[in-house]
Amino acid sequence: MLRLPSFTYLQPNTLALALRMKADAGPEGTYVAGGTDLYPNMKRRQQEPRTVISLMTIPELAGCGIRDGGCAVGPCVTLTDLCAHPAIRQHYDTVAHAAELVSTPLLRNMGTLGGNLCLDTRCNYYDQTYEWRKAIDFCMKKDGHICWVAPSSPRCWAVSSSDVAPVMVALGAEFRLVGPNGERIVPAARLYANDGINYLTKQPDEILAEVRLPPADGWDAVYHKLRRRGSFDFPVLGVAAWLKWDGRRVAAARVVLGGVASRPQEVVEAGAALTGTDLSDEAIGAATEAAYRPAKPLDNTDFDLSWRKQMTRVYVKAALEELRARRR
Amino acid sequence: MPDAKVKLAFELNSEPVEVAFAPHKTLLEVLREDLGLTGTKHGCELGECGTCTVLVDGKPVLSCLVLGLACAGHRVKTVEGMAGGGSLHPLQDAFAELGAAQCGYCTPAFLLAAEALLGETARPTRDEIKQALSGNLCRCTGYLKIYEAVELAAARLRGEDAKPAPESLYGVR
Repeated sequence: MLRLPSFTYLQPNTLALALRMKADAGPEGTYVAGGTDLYPNMKRRQQEPRTVISLMTIPELAGCGIRDGGCAVGPCVTLTDLCAHPAIRQHYDTVAHAAELVSTPLLRNMGTLGGNLCLDTRCNYYDQTYEWRKAIDFCMKKDGHICWVAPSSPRCWAVSSSDVAPVMVALGAEFRLVGPNGERIVPAARLYANDGINYLTKQPDEILAEVRLPPADGWDAVYHKLRRRGSFDFPVLGVAAWLKWDGRRVAAARVVLGGVASRPQEVVEAGAALTGTDLSDEAIGAATEAAYRPAKPLDNTDFDLSWRKQMTRVYVKAALEELRARRR
Repeated sequence: MPDAKVKLAFELNSEPVEVAFAPHKTLLEVLREDLGLTGTKHGCELGECGTCTVLVDGKPVLSCLVLGLACAGHRVKTVEGMAGGGSLHPLQDAFAELGAAQCGYCTPAFLLAAEALLGETARPTRDEIKQALSGNLCRCTGYLKIYEAVELAAARLRGEDAKPAPESLYGVR
């Protein structure tokens, strides 16, 4: 039977109190929102905090509404509530779609937007019970020294497995981080680092306090997800594509891949291949090839890695064709 | 003193309860070990199988990933709270009538997830039922009988005099 290790559980009702509790707890303290990522990890002893500070009791982290033309979303909004929110459904249907593809209805009733954005990176050699990991002498992400996916590698290759994060990067969303020394605003892409262990640039004592979506004006975006089961699974490939139209021409474009690196991977060359075009077959073909080249899936998630790389072509093409079909 | 017991008050199956338990216990452990309600089942304990589903404030959640302490003041419903006044819930009747279970281990979770769905949607489509139950795994039956049982219970809850289709009971002749 998998039980949680013992820890102290705290439920602050303000951000300031949460920060103070974290300062008191030190490196052995951690924040939790829905718990659907942290608690399984704790049961498998992948994370062993002595103090767990809940953010779900802080009212200011739970709202969602239109502000300054854009939309401000609290990170503790559950994925179910995010999908159902009228402003999100009407103006940011791709965010709702990506959130709806996360896991199961039960887990979306618990898991939050912030939790999915900060989701721990995943790997076949890491997401295992303590005994399983011990049997292979652990890996460098927890308790060990080696990366079993690439044994000569100095870094961890665990995979970014969020569905919503690639969409946030593609949309150019911003995150407000609040820490003991004040707050800062970071573009979504800059929250993430391509390192399986230190995959967030957020400091451990900082709290993701707000997600700011840009005004829903003049752009369109789609998200396509590859997974084994249609009912629920982590993405083995996610494609978020965003376009700004200038009449019939593409004024700007971003293509962001999930599930192929330790962070959401923007393929700048793919966006460049689309800019200035009318999204012809040739432009889509060029962007598809550009996205295929840097996608470097490793043998540490579901499916054969060469097949997953091939699927990059298929999914990027489908995403861009959908954007073309949606053009008004 | 993280292991000293804590006392918690919440509403369980429409009655107020108080219970003392180790503070790092999950709701699943509190229900089964400290309250003696073993209708809620252990499955994967990692949030994958859905077998430990209960309703918190009317919404289906996985009790293996909810801390007991997070339930203070909330409404919790388990399968033990479904029958009332000496009769089974229409979903329980329909599951039994259609044989929508083999080993039955996942059944409490399916019943509660289905009850939450019917609380929101009186006339769910087959796709809506599939979606609502997509987080619950059954490794015995396949899901057809379960979907049919939910549809039958939904019809009866709407006041219709619904009977199982003959092919549901006897197969296609």
